[in-house]
Amino acid sequence: MNWVGAVVQGVLVGGWYALAACGLSLTFGIMRLVNIAHGDLAVCGAYLTLVLSSALGLPVGYTLPLVLPIAFAIGVALHLLLFGRALRGGPLAPVLVTFGLSVMIENLLVAGLSADPRSLDAGRLALAGVRVTAFGSVITLSWLRIAGFLTALAVLGGLHLLLARTSFGRLVRATSDDLDTARLVGVRVRPVFATVAGIAVATAALAGVFLGMTATFDPYAGGLSLIFAFEAVVIGGLGSLWGTLLGGVTIGLVQQLAAQWDVQYTVLAVHLLFFAVLAVRPQGFFPASEPEAA
Amino acid sequence: MIEVDALDVHYGDFQALFGVSLSLARGRALALAGANGAGKTTLLRALMGAHLPSAGTVRYEGADVTALPPHDRVRRGIAMVPEGRRLFPSLTAEENIKVGAVRAASPDWPLARIYDFLPLAATVRDRRASALSGGERQAVAIARALASGPRLLLLDEISLGLAPGVVEQVYEVVRGLRESGATLLIVEQDLDRALGACDDVVCLLEGRVALTSETAAASREDVVAAYFGTEGPHS
Amino acid sequence: MTAGTGGGAVTAGTAAEGRFAVRRWSRTASVAAAGSVVAVAALAGVPYYAGTSAEQPLVTLFCLVALASLWNLMAGFAGLTSFGQQAYLGAGAYALYAAASMGLDPFAAIPLAAAAAGVLSLPVSFAVLRLSGGHFAVATWVLAEILRLAVTLAPSAGGNTGVSLPGVSGYDALLRQALTYWWALAVAVCSVAGVYALARSRFGLDARAVHSDPVAAASAGVAVGRTRRWAYCLSAFGTGAVGAVLFANTLYTQPGSVFGVQHSVAMMFMVVIGGIGTIEGPILGALVFFALQQALSGYGPWYLVLLGAAGIAITLFAPRGLWGSLAAPRGWSLFPIGHHISGTS
Repeated sequence: MNWVGAVVQGVLVGGWYALAACGLSLTFGIMRLVNIAHGDLAVCGAYLTLVLSSALGLPVGYTLPLVLPIAFAIGVALHLLLFGRALRGGPLAPVLVTFGLSVMIENLLVAGLSADPRSLDAGRLALAGVRVTAFGSVITLSWLRIAGFLTALAVLGGLHLLLARTSFGRLVRATSDDLDTARLVGVRVRPVFATVAGIAVATAALAGVFLGMTATFDPYAGGLSLIFAFEAVVIGGLGSLWGTLLGGVTIGLVQQLAAQWDVQYTVLAVHLLFFAVLAVRPQGFFPASEPEAA
Repeated sequence: MIEVDALDVHYGDFQALFGVSLSLARGRALALAGANGAGKTTLLRALMGAHLPSAGTVRYEGADVTALPPHDRVRRGIAMVPEGRRLFPSLTAEENIKVGAVRAASPDWPLARIYDFLPLAATVRDRRASALSGGERQAVAIARALASGPRLLLLDEISLGLAPGVVEQVYEVVRGLRESGATLLIVEQDLDRALGACDDVVCLLEGRVALTSETAAASREDVVAAYFGTEGPHS
Repeated sequence: MTAGTGGGAVTAGTAAEGRFAVRRWSRTASVAAAGSVVAVAALAGVPYYAGTSAEQPLVTLFCLVALASLWNLMAGFAGLTSFGQQAYLGAGAYALYAAASMGLDPFAAIPLAAAAAGVLSLPVSFAVLRLSGGHFAVATWVLAEILRLAVTLAPSAGGNTGVSLPGVSGYDALLRQALTYWWALAVAVCSVAGVYALARSRFGLDARAVHSDPVAAASAGVAVGRTRRWAYCLSAFGTGAVGAVLFANTLYTQPGSVFGVQHSVAMMFMVVIGGIGTIEGPILGALVFFALQQALSGYGPWYLVLLGAAGIAITLFAPRGLWGSLAAPRGWSLFPIGHHISGTS
């Protein structure tokens, strides 16, 4: 590995962090909900894919048309059953409820599918790579990483268009601006929030699928996924989707550059960067310039 | 059009309205007067369904709507222009208006007619609400309420914080609304304006109705007495 | 366990001409305070008449009571939900290791270990208190992860395999266990009494104001940031003491377990189920948690699924917790912290 390669890999890996983080950013920006179980829901996406692809005998990629709608439905159901109530239950309730949910998910996965590490078989995508020559050095990039980065870009771009251009997005932005007035002028808030929760869980599940294809996962992997996603959101600036992408890329870069020095220090370097940002620039590097979600 | 009967509203342990009753017939305009904290905004929010009453009923066009959520009332034809305009700051003026258009196609007030009626809203349609002046915001807030095609409009503190010339324009709009056949319930601090623009007046004092009258039948002194809770000349 | 400030009845006899009185104390509270003193005295004697088989579970219970009270100091009084108190649990344990390695008596060094955790929390508070709600919770969790990784990567701190407590070989086993027991009891009593004294003081009033509405509290002149910082740092100090006592009890600590988020799960569960924002609630919650742990830990993951579900259900449907649901309708208050106005004539 070389420095140029580390930067390119860092950017590509950063795409995954952004994908894992965008749902967290979305639910906080719009509903003021910090979903502590977000990382666990991502891991659920990986397990769901594992179970479906082995039960149906399909490659991982072909299960996505099933996994994503199921994840969306889970998000909607969670909002209708838990999040909506929690948001009305005072300032501590959302944190406590989603933390309880996180504990439940992790241990249900242990009980049902054991704590053994698993991974998803990405097939040819995992093995194939492309060699690029840049700045006089040869870099090998895996197609899987490239696909992950492009998927993240597509998801963030799609979310941006959804929020900025559609009538649904208009209702979302209005509700996010001023919940009380949105109700007064006749917006039905519950379906709007439930849809947002569904989208957030679907993006988390997609991030989980890429996690499963590039690394191993176990039922407790959700905690670290949440922390990384959260760090991307805070470093990028709360409430800004494009900030979240840049926050994710920043994490990817720091991780890959730290790995040049010593692989053991990659995670620690990211956490320390997060604390440094919090101490020096708590609004993040790319905060939303206006109170809007996109 | 709307009949309110013995409405009690609580905020936790605090009671804001005590047995408030009033009625408003189709096509008429009612001025709701009262000092700060008398319960005017609370009453409007209760009529809108944003705050459910602990006792009493609200009937609209003959149906009991007391427990309906706000979006159902908007679909039935009640709309509100809240105090302080309360536009969605990150949306453009036109997006704000479209958020109000919850009934997919409002036959009464399509966007073109709204812009016709409120030219000021048309000129700022592509600007962000946070960048608008007070008068422009009021025009957009009224446009947003009209977009749902209301038959009953609740207007809260429509002239508060606006320059005198702008207030004149707002009341021009109110007259236009009356001519269009809308039923209006107007909260207004400026008594003379309120009495001049409306057919009926209800005065709230510390959460209770202190006066109900036709504006033509009530002297200014009666209303002022009810407003401040002092002994009126006729009581 | 007496009140920190303002016992007795203070008559507010200005405009109301003595028709109302502000009560901060009650007969029940006097009985409860006397009962607590007797109970603590009885518990202090356990090593003399009950022996080690009774000591071991009680050490665990005392540590749970202390952890729950300290978590409640933040969540119940300052509106801060931390998922990272395990950072200070570990900081206390490893500070004790460092002190004992330098030749200090491990039992005498427990206050030092607590102080080390408290000192660490001060600079940290300036970073994490920039966030609130769920963001604060995750940020504190990141701190615990940083400490875990730092210890894991430091061979001098034992790395991933952990360390044994040095300097205890000179102690007779019975005396060592009795000392650990008394330390655990002392930490629990000091945590509960300390939180109680704070809750009744000006700090408690400020903290409850901050909890219910930070913006309004700030406009009424409450120093929101300072109140939150005190709650966070004092809680870290106490949690550090618990970490040191647990280390002295097991004689062994490992970064993977002491810095684990399951400690925060336990703290949250105890406070939520017992009754957030009361003195009695966390104690009751610790007892319930201890009993469940004894009865159900054999069920492994299902036990934790149940804990999570119970935490959610109580937060949503009985947010006052067990103590609040039992006591509030009956007007019970063993350890009153509020101001009660009553007519006197």
